[in-house]
Amino acid sequence: MTPVDPGPDGLANLRGLTQRRFSRRDLMQAAALLAGAGVVAGCSVPGARASAIPADYWKDKKASRSLDWAQWPLYIDVGKVKGKTVHPSLVEFTKRTDIQVKYEEVIQDMDSFVGTIRPVLASHQATGYDLMVLTNGIYLTQMRELNYLIPLDHSRMPNFFKYADKTAKDPTFDRGNKYTVPWQSGITGIAYNPKYVKRPITSFDDLFDPAFKGKVGMFADNQDLPNFGLVGIGVDPAKSTEDDWRRAADRLIKQRDEGFVRAYYQQDYISPLSKGDLWITMAWSGDIFQANASTPGLDLKFVVPEQGAVVWTDNLCIPRYSRNPVSAMELINFAYDPKIAAMIAEYVNYFTPVPTARKYILDDAKAATKKADRESLLQIADSPLVFPTKAMESKLYRYATLTPEEVPVWNQIFEPVYES
Amino acid sequence: MTSATSDEVKVGSTRRRMGRLTAYWLALPGGLWLAIFFVIPMIYLLSLSLMTGNFIDGFTQTFHVSTYWHTISLYHDQFIRSIIYALIVTALTITLAYPMAYWIAMRGGKHKSTYLLIILLPFFVSFVIRTLQWQFILADNGFVLGTLKDLHLVGSDFHLLATPVAVICGLTYNYLPFMVLPLYVSIERLDPRLMEAANDLYASKLQALLRIVFPLTIPGIFAGVIMTFVPVASDFVNAQLLGGAKTTMIGNVIYTLYLTNNDYAAASALSFTLMGALLIGIFIYARALGTKDVMEAAAL
Repeated sequence: MTPVDPGPDGLANLRGLTQRRFSRRDLMQAAALLAGAGVVAGCSVPGARASAIPADYWKDKKASRSLDWAQWPLYIDVGKVKGKTVHPSLVEFTKRTDIQVKYEEVIQDMDSFVGTIRPVLASHQATGYDLMVLTNGIYLTQMRELNYLIPLDHSRMPNFFKYADKTAKDPTFDRGNKYTVPWQSGITGIAYNPKYVKRPITSFDDLFDPAFKGKVGMFADNQDLPNFGLVGIGVDPAKSTEDDWRRAADRLIKQRDEGFVRAYYQQDYISPLSKGDLWITMAWSGDIFQANASTPGLDLKFVVPEQGAVVWTDNLCIPRYSRNPVSAMELINFAYDPKIAAMIAEYVNYFTPVPTARKYILDDAKAATKKADRESLLQIADSPLVFPTKAMESKLYRYATLTPEEVPVWNQIFEPVYES
Repeated sequence: MTSATSDEVKVGSTRRRMGRLTAYWLALPGGLWLAIFFVIPMIYLLSLSLMTGNFIDGFTQTFHVSTYWHTISLYHDQFIRSIIYALIVTALTITLAYPMAYWIAMRGGKHKSTYLLIILLPFFVSFVIRTLQWQFILADNGFVLGTLKDLHLVGSDFHLLATPVAVICGLTYNYLPFMVLPLYVSIERLDPRLMEAANDLYASKLQALLRIVFPLTIPGIFAGVIMTFVPVASDFVNAQLLGGAKTTMIGNVIYTLYLTNNDYAAASALSFTLMGALLIGIFIYARALGTKDVMEAAAL
């Protein structure tokens, strides 16, 4: 096929004997390589940490008429007015303060939400939100470290100091509530579908029962999975050591390698649990309640295992470059009005940070005209998942608080569990 | 006379020079595009992979090559798995796509474009949505497995979702058109008289296929393989949505490292290793196929 052709190669050889050794092309290539190498060596990625927020930040801040709020889905009361879906508590807020709230359910998980706003904040731009709800943990600590959160103006939140539960005040992840106050808290425990699981679930070890082989769900994250694993092996995450982390990870890896775990889930475990793809799974308390409430005939169960469970807190905080920080403070104060806290608790069924809200829920129950409504309100008022009992509290553990140096170690121990 | 001739010469050479420059001008937008969005990020990525530091305080250049060995030793399982999945998926797509493309090109008649449109139709739906549909199709008690279980054709705890089978099925489904189209193009170009000639020279149908059709469509196969193998090896959507324990692919790892852990150096190092492995694989493959010039074959 190939004709014999002395062609360009031969000619080039000939020329090579008579001409200079380096052609212009060679020089250009060498220059490009050098430039490339220079760029490789010269590059660096600046840290994302912003300058500190001035101490007199609040001094010249004026009230405004609007508020943009980034929130998780199904995390506030919902009502119908003239066929339109509204949030009664926010309607009340606008009535009291004349502030219009743009309520946006944009947070699906911390990874993607923080991933979206962080580059914006890094370039000194407003995120478009004045208030957001972030879960305590690696991300919240990171946002604070980066100086991306505005310290709260404590003089504008009297309701918090008056009505907040002692667990809401001075949490380990934000000493003195400098940057955050809790919105709601919840538990990471075990949920199961009684259609398939025919015995009561009581223990962390039930996630290792051969009867459920291949039907167990676990979380795919560096937060709930590790901390729940630690509680499961009898260690308080807050006091855990690297040794404990490795032991917990080994247990979880064993669970995976012996074929118990079907998959590691992010937010999407409710659907397989309802369909029977999963029988038993790690779960968030409020998710299960809301799934049952929104799907007729569904009866999923949530349990806090005897070893205990992990409690987390979603926190209200103000992102840097917020345009309406004063409105955000107004809402923070408003949310701690027990009557408002009751309105929200009746709907979302997570731990409320305002214990006196119970009184208003009982009042509402008394006033309820329908028997079913009354019963459900009474059930909420007595639910240990909304107003934790002493017995419940003793079984709940906080996330481990990690130093920036510990985070990579922790990640490298636990990530191989779910990224297998 | 003389002056006129020299003018002509000048005009001619200017035109020739213009012609040469036009080619550069035409290549400029694409070239700039590649430089800005490919070459520069690539150099940056390489640079990043050699840095140390953290996301909050920043990364500095330390030529820390051991990040490469470290990430490989941590994630070699996922790495090898991705390559194996990609090989299986490529083989499956060739097997499925070749007869399909052949039939459309040779027997499609006037409806050729309709058939091609049918193959492309799923592309009108978002990639993620298409993959999500497979969750419903393959669900343990969904209409496929549910029916099979009711008929007692499979055991009651048989499942596909969250297994490698589901991930490979999803990948094959999603990348099939990328194999069909280049194959179709190269088969369609075949001169039917070649087959007639083979027949005249007493070649059986199979011989004609193996010795005439197949070698002549190698550029199509090559293009198809590049367009499936490379993206499949770095895909992360299918493993995320259809996979379970032990189906994580290297794309998922890079995604987590980059976006969740903000370990830019490790993520870049893994990306670079993956790219290097894929490039080497493709060059070996090109040599094995006897393609003289990889670039020429890739350009079809």
